[in-house]
Amino acid sequence: MADLSIAKPAPETARGPNLFSMLWRDKLAFVAAVVLLLIVLFALFGPSLLGDLATKQNLRGRNFPPFSFERGWEFFLGGDSLGRPMLARMIVAAHSTILIAAGTVLSAMVVGAGLGLVAGYMGKTTSQVIMRLADVIMSFPSLLIAVVVLYVLGPSIPNMILVLAITRIPIYLRTTRAEVLEVRERMFVQAATVMGASHARIILRHILPVVAPTLVTIATLDFAFVMLAESSLSFLGIGVQPPDITWGLMVAQGRPYLNTAWWLAFWPGLMIVITALSLNLLSNWMRVALDPAQRWRLETRKTKNV
Amino acid sequence: MSEPLLSVKNLSVDFHTARGTVHAVKNVSWSISRGETLAILGESGSGKSVSANAVMNLLDIPPAEIVSGEIIYEGKDLLKVDYETHRALNGKKIAMIFQDPLGHLNPVYTVGWQIVEMMTAHGRPADMARARALELIKRVGIPEPEKAMGKYPHQFSGGQRQRLMIAMALMLKPDILIADEPTTALDVTIQAEVLALLKELQAETGMALVLITHDLGVVAEIADRVVVMNKGEIVEAGLTREVYHNPKHAYTRKLIDAAPGKGEIKLLDPAAPLLLDAKKLNKTYGSFAALKDVSLTLARGQSLAVVGESGSGKSTLARTLLRLEEADSGEALWKGRDLITMGRSELLGVRRQIQMVFQDPTQSLNPRMSVYQLIAEGWDIHKLMPDKSKRRAKVIELLEQVGLSAEHVDRYPHQFSGGQRQRIAIARALALEPELIICDEAVSALDVSIQAQVIALLDDLRQRLGISFLFIAHDLGVVRDFADTVIVMKSGEIVERGPTAQIFEAPQHPYTQRLLAANLDPDPDVQAERRASLTHG
Repeated sequence: MADLSIAKPAPETARGPNLFSMLWRDKLAFVAAVVLLLIVLFALFGPSLLGDLATKQNLRGRNFPPFSFERGWEFFLGGDSLGRPMLARMIVAAHSTILIAAGTVLSAMVVGAGLGLVAGYMGKTTSQVIMRLADVIMSFPSLLIAVVVLYVLGPSIPNMILVLAITRIPIYLRTTRAEVLEVRERMFVQAATVMGASHARIILRHILPVVAPTLVTIATLDFAFVMLAESSLSFLGIGVQPPDITWGLMVAQGRPYLNTAWWLAFWPGLMIVITALSLNLLSNWMRVALDPAQRWRLETRKTKNV
Repeated sequence: MSEPLLSVKNLSVDFHTARGTVHAVKNVSWSISRGETLAILGESGSGKSVSANAVMNLLDIPPAEIVSGEIIYEGKDLLKVDYETHRALNGKKIAMIFQDPLGHLNPVYTVGWQIVEMMTAHGRPADMARARALELIKRVGIPEPEKAMGKYPHQFSGGQRQRLMIAMALMLKPDILIADEPTTALDVTIQAEVLALLKELQAETGMALVLITHDLGVVAEIADRVVVMNKGEIVEAGLTREVYHNPKHAYTRKLIDAAPGKGEIKLLDPAAPLLLDAKKLNKTYGSFAALKDVSLTLARGQSLAVVGESGSGKSTLARTLLRLEEADSGEALWKGRDLITMGRSELLGVRRQIQMVFQDPTQSLNPRMSVYQLIAEGWDIHKLMPDKSKRRAKVIELLEQVGLSAEHVDRYPHQFSGGQRQRIAIARALALEPELIICDEAVSALDVSIQAQVIALLDDLRQRLGISFLFIAHDLGVVRDFADTVIVMKSGEIVERGPTAQIFEAPQHPYTQRLLAANLDPDPDVQAERRASLTHG
């Protein structure tokens, strides 16, 4: 109905500043990005700066209640069951948590999406083999694989990433394949074939960009799931080993004390929620920002009718 | 003249979109009396459907807002009555049929159930509804009406589905039937049948018919009066014959002039060297034969049209030649080399020489690529224009060649209108300097005036650059203007072939004759004459 050809010429000289201004336009996403940046900084520098503080036991400060500066700033969020400062422990825990969650989600996404693209694009036989492989993984209880593998290989962070990633691969694989099956029938893919585009080009240039937003959305949802899955492994003693610590493990360890010292489980739980929420907000923004047909929402001043 | 049955007075509707307010219709007035046929003619975006949707209370409010106006039916303003009153009128007194009958029939219920529901929803007993449904299904010409009641929508052809929609609309003997592009999705011969059916039914029941269309031929065939709309305003209104013969407004004149099928018929240059020589191509899908021994030749600079109705195998032919589908047997010699058995690397070279323009540019252009990326992609694939600094200038040159300009380079497909998008698709095809362009219904999704421009553009390219065209179409008018040779296909076979003049002036095969007869002429007098000769002859 509207004459879309009159859409204002978007000055797209430099991509960087443009992305930043688009981020600034969406205030929620901007806050989310700042929070995530902060968490990444914690993860990078936390252990070296606060490592000692976070492991120093102080039995007089056992289950010290939060919101008081009586024992110094580090006890502002309270102390844990061995009298270690919660604040310092949470900052240090960011390191292993983010490492495991990001490592798992990224490797599961890359492998899953890669196999999914191949399964969706190639012929029936290849597709069948890949899909049945995924079925095998899915039919195993994921915790059981984890227990067996970690028992054999020994608990360590790389092994945990490996185990968790394997259990998450089918989700990306199935979603990608389903989308590819639909996208590859679209006209512009045929148009590319007619122009002589190679398979790799069609998959990477034409199909992947259409599938990517869905994958990113799943990945952000998966992030929180992996943080909790890791905690159950740690709870069983085959995950992160003390003195290493993660948010998930802190939640698990704090659970028996919920009646008497709620802050033991609450603060790390809150961090998981904040991280997952920020990632969701940011991925939502990214979906809009990367879609040329939607991008204008972030470029123009919003009118009152939106 | 008696009191009109329905009148729309000074209707203005705005759409509030994120990009600002769009005035969809401005001060539109029309009225219709019993037994009359009114056509609302306009191109896409002209707002021709908006007033009818307002009558049916189908506008989404918001984003739509009715700014002013009234719609008078039986002394009541339909814009002011409450929802329940309106619902009682909808379907019962005023019924509507749509362009896409498959989209408007529920796939999980039998058509009989859906037609009966139309009546039971308005509080009639089920047995009476069933009897009436059966009578109507018989009346609209569906074979074996008893059986048809128990079938599902997908078991019918497009034309039959539209007949069923008509039956459904007529269940409660409405006073007014609004038909929104009822025949646009149908083949010409079926279009003619459906229009004839509508006319007969109108004569029997005396209902008023509001026909929304973009097709001058449909208007000429069926309408008593016509209202021409452009950009939300009525630019001209009057009796169909008068509007056609003495158009007063410049836009109406433009529309009439743009109607295809009036230009000089082109002649083939007999000395041109042969480019493509296909012999006995066969393709089957299961037991269905899509191509049966199809042979054709194409010379340099020739424009060969393949016409046929849906399911005739014309698209399969194009896809087979492009190796999007593998032929079962036969050969297609491209400059002496067989396309069908060619290896991958050799095929890559040929892909540069044969380009394709698809029917729907909205779908054939990757929505995530800018115009520059779209056009330059072919150079990446074929490793042409290695000097990337020159590419931009070349893209701009190509855009100018198809009637776009330099400022469009960095935009994305969704920022263009349908006609402009098709130009981008053509520019993309031209970027590789092809020798043959295959157009699969390349203009059928476009408005007539834009269609004429694109055809003129293609013709210009043919003459200036000597490109050959394989032009697949169902619209005979367009074919007559553009092609020098025509192939007529039916159920996978070529039934007739020859120079355009011969096919149009002296068709031999009965199917070609039928196709030509069903093709609607924009001139109401010509149509009236044809009708007369059909009923008497």
